[in-house]
Amino acid sequence: MFRRLSRWAIVALAIAGLSGCGSGRPAASTSAGGAKEVTVFAAASLTATFTQLGRSFEAAHPGTTVTFNFGSSATLAQQIIQGAPADVFAAASPATMKTVTDASQASSPVTFARNKLEIAVPEDNPARVDELRDLTGSTVKVALCAEQVPCGAAAVKALHAAGLKVTPVTLEQDVKATLTKVELGEVDAALVYRTDVIASAGKVTGIAFPEADQAINDYPIATLSKAPAGDLARRFVDLVTSRQGRDVLTRAGFGAP
Amino acid sequence: MTSSQARRHSRSDPPDGPAGRREVSGRLPWMLMAPAVAGLVFLVSPLAGLLIRAPWPTLFQRLAEPQVMEALRLSLVTATVATAGCLVLGVPLAWLLARVEFPGRRLVRALVTVPLVLPPVVGGVALLLVLGRRGLLGQWLESAFGITLPFTTAGVIVAEAFVAMPFLVISVEGALRAADRRFEEAAATLGASRWTVFRRVTLPLIMPGVVAGAVLCWARALGEFGATITFAGNFPGTTRTMPLAVYLALETEPEAAIVLSLVLLLVSVVILAGLRDRWVNSP
Repeated sequence: MFRRLSRWAIVALAIAGLSGCGSGRPAASTSAGGAKEVTVFAAASLTATFTQLGRSFEAAHPGTTVTFNFGSSATLAQQIIQGAPADVFAAASPATMKTVTDASQASSPVTFARNKLEIAVPEDNPARVDELRDLTGSTVKVALCAEQVPCGAAAVKALHAAGLKVTPVTLEQDVKATLTKVELGEVDAALVYRTDVIASAGKVTGIAFPEADQAINDYPIATLSKAPAGDLARRFVDLVTSRQGRDVLTRAGFGAP
Repeated sequence: MTSSQARRHSRSDPPDGPAGRREVSGRLPWMLMAPAVAGLVFLVSPLAGLLIRAPWPTLFQRLAEPQVMEALRLSLVTATVATAGCLVLGVPLAWLLARVEFPGRRLVRALVTVPLVLPPVVGGVALLLVLGRRGLLGQWLESAFGITLPFTTAGVIVAEAFVAMPFLVISVEGALRAADRRFEEAAATLGASRWTVFRRVTLPLIMPGVVAGAVLCWARALGEFGATITFAGNFPGTTRTMPLAVYLALETEPEAAIVLSLVLLLVSVVILAGLRDRWVNSP
């Protein structure tokens, strides 16, 4: 009994495995009656706002589903260039969008939001940080994003504008990881986006600083040229850039373009 | 008894010799053959992809970059120290699990192997909660000794050891169970103390298992990513090991990531291929 069962299990697994390798995604978006599924690749910092906008979009277009792939903009850009099936790309920096437009995967991106850095400190602020200069202290443990990712590039720009040199203890791979180190109290301060401070809802305190204005980060969005659901993709971009979209983004702490 | 004798003894005879195996291979059922080949392709093709896409013309130039060398050196040092630590703690732990009857032994064994299946990032978070600056033990470590583990090379070693130690423990425990107890009993009846028996009889007897476990442990430590980046952070020269460098290189320079990946792949294959022939078929 068991032996027979396991034999069929192997066959079933093999078939499942082979067919799974063949097609990367369900064929829903290619159905004749117009696409029903739109796939959005978006920067991790857009997780909350885009999830909310996605729900509004589905409500406004019954029968459609919006699927998100949130992650580091640079990683998403690489996935798109390598042929990942995406309809819309929303990046956290013009540089990451540029890698996609350079690869002729998208054209004419528009800026839909802006983000600004703040100093994030733990609630009790153990190192008594209240301005950017305080981060240069040798006893203050600072986390920054790695320069390769947008929040790190912005941090470098802001510190450069302030003429300050900060030696971090770690260069985190994305802004959420950087913020987590503050939330856990492992570092005394970090430079993260204002939106992330707001999203952390009271677990960290944000301190604005004037040089952040020199390192404002633009968020571009574009429909991809190989978008399987081109029409829906354009409508999703319209929603993000609409009044309604702006409201959602502003509430989360993003600046208007 | 010498260790070579012990090894020869403990290598149990395979149930069917080469002749028997050949006979069977002639009637391998396709139901096994097809998925076997598919499985092989599935596991090997990503590695082939790395080789095909590698930027061969600039390979050595990229390898010679100081950041690459720094990350590689850090990886080799931390993986080796982590393995040494695992040997010191893991062999006695394996002995405890294999030779000592105590209540809850099955539960302890399960707990020891948890890091094997735990997502490494979760392991990193758990380490932070215990050994971080505000962690249960970390808090005390900092106030009493001024030691903080996160963001230090020692932190990398701790993260790697946490993830890699189960490989060693499982391997050594298996060797201990397979080893013939009669040699130990004979030594004991001849008047050897328990420690002497362990050192002079048991350890040589299970040496192949210890080596296999140590090598696996080392390879796992070398490839550790999630726990390291979560617990120890990422700073060049201090905590940025090869896997972290690969991940970060992917953000801007995928070609550099491929080169770094190739190095890790090469090291792993050499180690595991050497291991396979010499040790894995022993207990």
